[in-house]
Amino acid sequence: MAQAVHEVAAPPAGAVALPRPSVPRSIVPLSGLPIVAVVIGGMVAAIATNAVWALDFYHVVGGALWTAIDLFLGLLLGPIMGRLSIPARIELSSRLMPKMALLMPTLVTMTLGAGWQLARHLGNLDAGFANHGWLVASYVVVGVMTIIALGLLEPANVAVLFEMRKPQPNGAIIEKLMRRFIYTAGITGAMQVATLVIMTKLAVG
Amino acid sequence: MSTLSPGALDREADPGAGHPAAADGGATGLPPVTQVAVATLALIVAGGIYLASKMPAHVTLAPAIGLLAAAAALLIANAIMLSRAHGFAWPRFLQVFRWTLLAYVVIVGMLEYVFVYDGVRGGTLAVLTGMLLVFVLDVPLIIGFTVARYADPD
Repeated sequence: MAQAVHEVAAPPAGAVALPRPSVPRSIVPLSGLPIVAVVIGGMVAAIATNAVWALDFYHVVGGALWTAIDLFLGLLLGPIMGRLSIPARIELSSRLMPKMALLMPTLVTMTLGAGWQLARHLGNLDAGFANHGWLVASYVVVGVMTIIALGLLEPANVAVLFEMRKPQPNGAIIEKLMRRFIYTAGITGAMQVATLVIMTKLAVG
Repeated sequence: MSTLSPGALDREADPGAGHPAAADGGATGLPPVTQVAVATLALIVAGGIYLASKMPAHVTLAPAIGLLAAAAALLIANAIMLSRAHGFAWPRFLQVFRWTLLAYVVIVGMLEYVFVYDGVRGGTLAVLTGMLLVFVLDVPLIIGFTVARYADPD
């Protein structure tokens, strides 16, 4: 803890003095990029070789992790974070959010890319597929989550990471941006539960 | 549990109310870039859902073209509004916009590859490519703006 946090010496007039988290050298953890490249490269290979088992693996593993992490963050960690002191929240966020900036887009790409190809191979994309309506419902669910993730959450995530890199992070700005995660937690949770219902229905036909 | 309430983004318009360090960053008085960009994204997503729900069979393109045209118009209007903003942290915006654009060009490139690989051709491919083009510019715009509005304009 001590190596990660040091007090701000002189906050500007009117500003809230905040402990400043350790400042990473880059917004995105560069050490994670090779892992992402391997994972995405494997998915591209699975698509290019029409390997149905590999597509199923990518879709199931990516989807399970995406749903579980979303529900865990929204229903468990989020409310806990909301009750933490602002310095504690910043300390946790400074370690969690850079990793999330790499992890979630990778999981989403795995799930959707492999899922689309899997559905194509299994004939589920055809309008004549018995559960085609359920499949379209999954598109709507993913669409809602896409708008929330790319339009609201990812920008807030990146903006918070930039704010934390400032010599004197502004707690009010971080608070405002982090509220987006609380506002959207209910929608995201509902969408993820809907995903579980749809996918289990599609799995059994 | 809270949900996204109307005006939640509006309440972020002045993040530093009563906070001098934040109020100096040009955060106030900016056009509603985030709201318009999210609306653009919603139109693109709606068009994508429409096309995906019909593929691989023949798709009537008119609804998708309408959604794409509306999204493109909003994107252009948003860019014009932002270009007229004063006291905005343009260097920070361009820095974030460029790197995010690079990331999303890779993602969109993969999507385009999948569409071509799956045999999508003709008008459907053209509309999908147009949607991806709007998407690849819109998301970096949202992220760049969100970061820059809280940055020092100097």
